[in-house]
Amino acid sequence: MSYINPIKRVYLAIEAWFNLSFGSAWNPLYNLGTLAFFFFWVVLISGLYLFIFFDTSLSGAYASVEYMTHDQWYAAGVMRSLHRYASDAAIVTIMLHMFREFALDRYRGFRWFSWFTGVPTLWMVITLGITGYWLVWDELGLYVAMLSSQLVDALPFMNSAMARNFVGGQLTDRFFTLMAFLHLLGQPLFLVFAIWIHVKRLSFVEITAPIGLSMGSFIALLALSLAAPAVSHGPADMEKVTAVLNLDWFYLAVYPLLDYFTAGQTWMITLGITFFMMIMPWLPPKKTGHAAEVHLDHCNGCEQCADDCPFDAISVQARTDGARYENEVVVHPNLCAACGICVGSCPSSNPFRQKNEQLETGIDMPQFPINDIRERINKAVSELLGDTRIIVIGCDNALDFAGLESSDIKVLSLYCIGMMPPTIVEYALQKGVDGVLITGCRTGDCYYRYGNKWMDQRFDGSRRPILRGRADRDRIKVFRAAETDCKNLRSEVADFRKQLQKLNEAETSNQPGQAHE
Amino acid sequence: MKQKPVISLGKLMNKVLRYTLQVFNYTLFMAIVWYFSIQPPYRQLEEGQAVVTLSFSHAAELREACRRMSQEELLKLPPNMRLPTSCPRERSPVTVELFLDKKLMTRQVVEAPGLHQDQGIDMFHRIKVPAGDHKLRVSMNDDVKVEGPTYRFEKDITLQPEEQVLVDFNANSGGFYINILPKR
Ligand code: HEM
Repeated sequence: MSYINPIKRVYLAIEAWFNLSFGSAWNPLYNLGTLAFFFFWVVLISGLYLFIFFDTSLSGAYASVEYMTHDQWYAAGVMRSLHRYASDAAIVTIMLHMFREFALDRYRGFRWFSWFTGVPTLWMVITLGITGYWLVWDELGLYVAMLSSQLVDALPFMNSAMARNFVGGQLTDRFFTLMAFLHLLGQPLFLVFAIWIHVKRLSFVEITAPIGLSMGSFIALLALSLAAPAVSHGPADMEKVTAVLNLDWFYLAVYPLLDYFTAGQTWMITLGITFFMMIMPWLPPKKTGHAAEVHLDHCNGCEQCADDCPFDAISVQARTDGARYENEVVVHPNLCAACGICVGSCPSSNPFRQKNEQLETGIDMPQFPINDIRERINKAVSELLGDTRIIVIGCDNALDFAGLESSDIKVLSLYCIGMMPPTIVEYALQKGVDGVLITGCRTGDCYYRYGNKWMDQRFDGSRRPILRGRADRDRIKVFRAAETDCKNLRSEVADFRKQLQKLNEAETSNQPGQAHE
Repeated sequence: MKQKPVISLGKLMNKVLRYTLQVFNYTLFMAIVWYFSIQPPYRQLEEGQAVVTLSFSHAAELREACRRMSQEELLKLPPNMRLPTSCPRERSPVTVELFLDKKLMTRQVVEAPGLHQDQGIDMFHRIKVPAGDHKLRVSMNDDVKVEGPTYRFEKDITLQPEEQVLVDFNANSGGFYINILPKR
């Protein structure tokens, strides 16, 4: 097994733990983006309810929040707690989302854009929380206002002391109304825009979490809201500096830095960390393979590859080569992640075609063309020995399964399991292997986002090109495994061998004298 | 061609166990959310501390007084710029010292901001002090032409723990004063 860094190991262990309890469909780690959206929905809806009772004036804000929390604890109070805890849960979720992309090395190369835009998006969420705490106008709100002002005052283009507003007693409603405007409208709009940019380079962006996960999360939030309702500090008092505050560390962790550093230094530290995070995709950069290439003489413009591309890198245009088809596809090399999923989508990637010549397809990976894949299968077939001859097909981004090779097992690693045209499996079986074992990234997860899912759909007949009925399903096994799942794969192979032996025995007893072909 | 979960607990792994584990995971998640939303408490002031806040805006004296231009100087200037007096816009830096019971608590030296150093300064400085009775003394120099303080202020103050006293300044009403905040 090749070297796996410890961060990835930790991550994969947590992921396996969640697979155990949630199954892959509900695994929260496979749904972090959508889960963040779910928490935003809870925040939005509870926020709308709070807005009905919230007094956006400096003098009335605190009392209105107190009213909601205590007099109307059963409705507005619960809403307030949901609003707070869902916001906090969103931060935990986003942090995990970040950790996941980092641990799995899914932040560099063609993913730089998502990472790069994710960092400022996180800041937008945090500043949205900051204005939220400001609006309560309790001692914590005053603290937030005071220290935010010190930070703003340190900016080079600011030449009046905003901080002075919060000690001199001349604070006007206007300032507070500005905060309310930012929190209720300005910042959320910017956030929506930022998230839109963040996912812009992807297609099939899921924004709804699985129902089971949403329900579970909501019940958990509700239970927490009832068990530990969110409450305010004492009212903001400019004659007082509150000695002890219950900070929300998810949102307000920056402020205590001001105890140790000047406002200028605090800016340098936070901007420095932000900048560092944003350039991480280039530390060091990761090379993306050569983009897919279209071969128009084998493309009939069916658009399946454009439909399947997880990175929106293929578009459709009117035919340019005079062929009788209406459309053709174009690859945008700067968006292409070189996953090869389009090769698996193309009906021309059929190894039964062009039997005695070079196999060419409508869209192909120049460094690993479909012809090489067929050659590899042919070679494996000719080299395999024994009566349980197996080809294991997997991908470069999951468990390294090269070690399985033996006299009766040959391995074929593709860029992504979605790169595999279903006819390849059929072809291998027809050429005489006893079984095809398909591995690759864990179910629910795919390095190239949709390889697993498309493969499953091709196999169950809901996505073209489909695995045809004549392929013997008993001789096909799917077992997906991440880099740390080595032992599991070996035992699955052993089981598969037994299964094939039984099948072979049954077949020979049915047709005495005939070998399996 | 059935797919198995990556880690299989076999038959043991029944629904009840799965849901129990889910409840455990959700509880852990919410415990983390709850804990860090208010814990650990953050301490701004030590037990029995109060705060003296020095905060004011002030335009310091000009570095140089206006003076009449001599005939020679005027001749050197283009005709449209020949004004009889010259008033350099640069203001003096402001030096403020704050003493509590004769102990220097802070000394701030602030240059006048602006491209021509012609703007007023904004001072905002917080000092944590023990609560109780204190002799407060503040002095300021805002004029490079004067040696020593241009403004002085002394007052006996009594501070409760967590109390904030605001030392403000207004040149028109004689300099420093304790700004009593309007009661809510
Ligand atoms: C503000 C909240 C955020 C939300 C709601 C969010 C949501 C999403 C969603 C829905 C996806 C698409 C996932 C998929 O369909 O495969 C995604 C992808 C991604 N996000 Fe975020 N994200 C957020 C913040 C961040 C942050 C802070 C980072 C890292 C600094 C980040 C890094 C990434 C990366 C690298 C991808 C690419 C995944 C891929 O190409 O498969 N995101 N995000």
